Amino acid sequence: MTEKKDKKEKAVRQPMAEQAADVRRHNFEEVPLGYTPEAAMAEASRCMQCKKPACVPGCPVSIDIPGFIAMVAKGDFNGAIRKIWEKSSLPAVCGRVCPQEVQCEGKCIMGRKGEPIAVGNLERFVADYEREKGEGAVPEKAASTGKKIAIVGSGPSGLTVAGDLLLKGHDVTIFEAFHKAGGVLVYGIPEFRLPKAIVAEEVAVMEKMGLKIVCNAVVGRTVSVDELFEQGFDAVYIGVGAGLPTFLNIEGEQLIGIYSANEYLTRANLMKAYLFPRYDTPIVKGKDVVVLGAGNVAMDSARTALRLGADRVRIVYRRSRNEMPARAAEIHHAEEEGVEFFLLTAPLKFIGNEKGRLTGMECLKMELGEPDASGRRRPVPIEGSEFLMDCDLAVIAVGAGANPLLTQECPDIHVNKWGYIEADPETGKTTKKGVWAGGDIVTGQATVIIAMGAGRDSADSIHKYLTWGW
Amino acid sequence: MFKIIKREEHADGTVIENVIDAPLIASKGRPGQFVILKADEEGERIPLTISDLDAEKGTITVVYMVVGKSTAKFRDMSVGDAYQDVIGPLGRPTHIEKLGTVVCVGGGTGVAVLFPITRGFKNAGNKVISITGARTKELLILEDKMRAASDTLHVCTDDGSYGRKGFVTEVLKDVMESEKVDLVVAIGPVPMMKFVSKLTKEYNVKTLVSLNPIMIDGTGMCGGCRVSVGGKTKFACVDGPEFDGHQVDFDALMQRLAAYTEEERAAHDEYCRITGTK
Repeated sequence: MTEKKDKKEKAVRQPMAEQAADVRRHNFEEVPLGYTPEAAMAEASRCMQCKKPACVPGCPVSIDIPGFIAMVAKGDFNGAIRKIWEKSSLPAVCGRVCPQEVQCEGKCIMGRKGEPIAVGNLERFVADYEREKGEGAVPEKAASTGKKIAIVGSGPSGLTVAGDLLLKGHDVTIFEAFHKAGGVLVYGIPEFRLPKAIVAEEVAVMEKMGLKIVCNAVVGRTVSVDELFEQGFDAVYIGVGAGLPTFLNIEGEQLIGIYSANEYLTRANLMKAYLFPRYDTPIVKGKDVVVLGAGNVAMDSARTALRLGADRVRIVYRRSRNEMPARAAEIHHAEEEGVEFFLLTAPLKFIGNEKGRLTGMECLKMELGEPDASGRRRPVPIEGSEFLMDCDLAVIAVGAGANPLLTQECPDIHVNKWGYIEADPETGKTTKKGVWAGGDIVTGQATVIIAMGAGRDSADSIHKYLTWGW
Repeated sequence: MFKIIKREEHADGTVIENVIDAPLIASKGRPGQFVILKADEEGERIPLTISDLDAEKGTITVVYMVVGKSTAKFRDMSVGDAYQDVIGPLGRPTHIEKLGTVVCVGGGTGVAVLFPITRGFKNAGNKVISITGARTKELLILEDKMRAASDTLHVCTDDGSYGRKGFVTEVLKDVMESEKVDLVVAIGPVPMMKFVSKLTKEYNVKTLVSLNPIMIDGTGMCGGCRVSVGGKTKFACVDGPEFDGHQVDFDALMQRLAAYTEEERAAHDEYCRITGTK
């Protein structure tokens, strides 16, 4: 009887402690608090160590998941982080922001009958443990090759390429347009989901390995791709992200109090407007906020608005709950914190006062029709269902497009009709010799880990090119 | 870090000119383009159009009016101090070519931005007539530089304390009546650019204006600098900063520029209290 009970207890997925919802909605501190070593070991020992693990192919960078988890189970946290480093240079980030439920954890056999192994939580634990209590050793590098690589953009794909090529002994320089390295990890994802100190630490580890970072360098303006070759770089990787905001192109969009999610989150995160006036960048603090869209960026915007003092935050989305693209944990956290969901609702126009400030939004109710090209059921307007929604801040989080700043200046890098760079899906090679590209500027807006996967493939290809000349 | 090499005060200390060590930008920048400056870790990103550059010395010049906390911070930096960040050159350069007669109209600190464009048109072989104005004599800037860069310079003040009494638009009207003008370039406060554009439209003379809306990244990423031009949304940072003045919705631009007036005032008052300045 006792034995049976033990087994059952053992099978429970270890929860991760979190800040209570009514507390955290007023602060910018991280929401989940991390595992204790005991909890991590208990969770790791639930892993069945499958002979043919389904989780590994579920990971865009093929981390040896059972391998590192076996080490955690034994309490060998030092070995575990090194196992992850073989495939990922950003574990503290990925443990926090990957959509594990559709990747490793989604494929976990334990999930068929019960709860999958908490791979993301374990990854986060070993990365945090290494940062806080580790030996500070950096991964070992191969002998110097004397080859120089320029990476444009310091987001997840650029950092992955940098990490991989540093390990292989190359001389790597990242050019970043902003004044701080990290790309979307610092300007986009909020502090409460990914503390900026963690990103800075992951970047610092690479700097210890020899990475050079040039901030305030807008490739396409400050320096061109061709000039990088003239400066002696042997290869260039472009990972500039999908940095072009999408607006709705409806009436009233120029009103004060309407932000693209890019602007709203950049003000809040990179410029630290939530600490205004200690930091100099202001932000419109809405009391009655609407966020248009239902992806991760929309959830981040909604939860940021709560923390900036909103009384009410509503996600307005023209499809239904099933089609919401955000990570399950983000939707769950947003709901817990009191974000409301106005589904099957589309904005028609914004309304403002005589000072040009937003006061409301006219909307239309929708219903689901036939599936569209994306396979999701197309929202169809319900005639005569217009209604007015009061709001003093609207954040438009309906996706991003390709920023043409770099590609316009370098026409031998071919782009498709939407402006995304044409790159070989396996190698990341572009149409210009010696130039690779990956991440959102190739795929369109996707996730951190998919961008890292693209970075990994390009790094392999760049290494081959620099070694063999093709 | 971007060191201040030279610092000059104009207009009774309300307008500051900084020559900054920024070799990369100096070698690349062209008239009409802008930079973004950030004083320190907590600083705001402030876009300023380049007023001059020297590729050999590796320096750029910016001129700004002290209006809020960020520009007050800039003001309080001395020669030898450094901006933490300077990004650029951003935006599209002015398309300078030989057209015939070009009238350059500048108001307030806009004159500083107008100067390299004026010089560019002159060097390209145009007849350049310049008109600069300010509220009062003390606020006039760069008169000598503008005179040297133009064939003729008209100066006016709103209160008549220097030059002709009146607005730049009045002088412009006279010029338009007496000359065949091929292009007008107007840079200054938004109302000035609006009324210049209104006037030149009557004469059907192409008019360029340089806009300076609120922006963050300056690379087309945030969309904060969006302006309505000919009914279409444009980003001043990548599509501009220069636009056809006859197409710009100046009223909407003016409203958007006032987005943070309250916050700016509060931050500035607090800064003055702490630093004991005004």
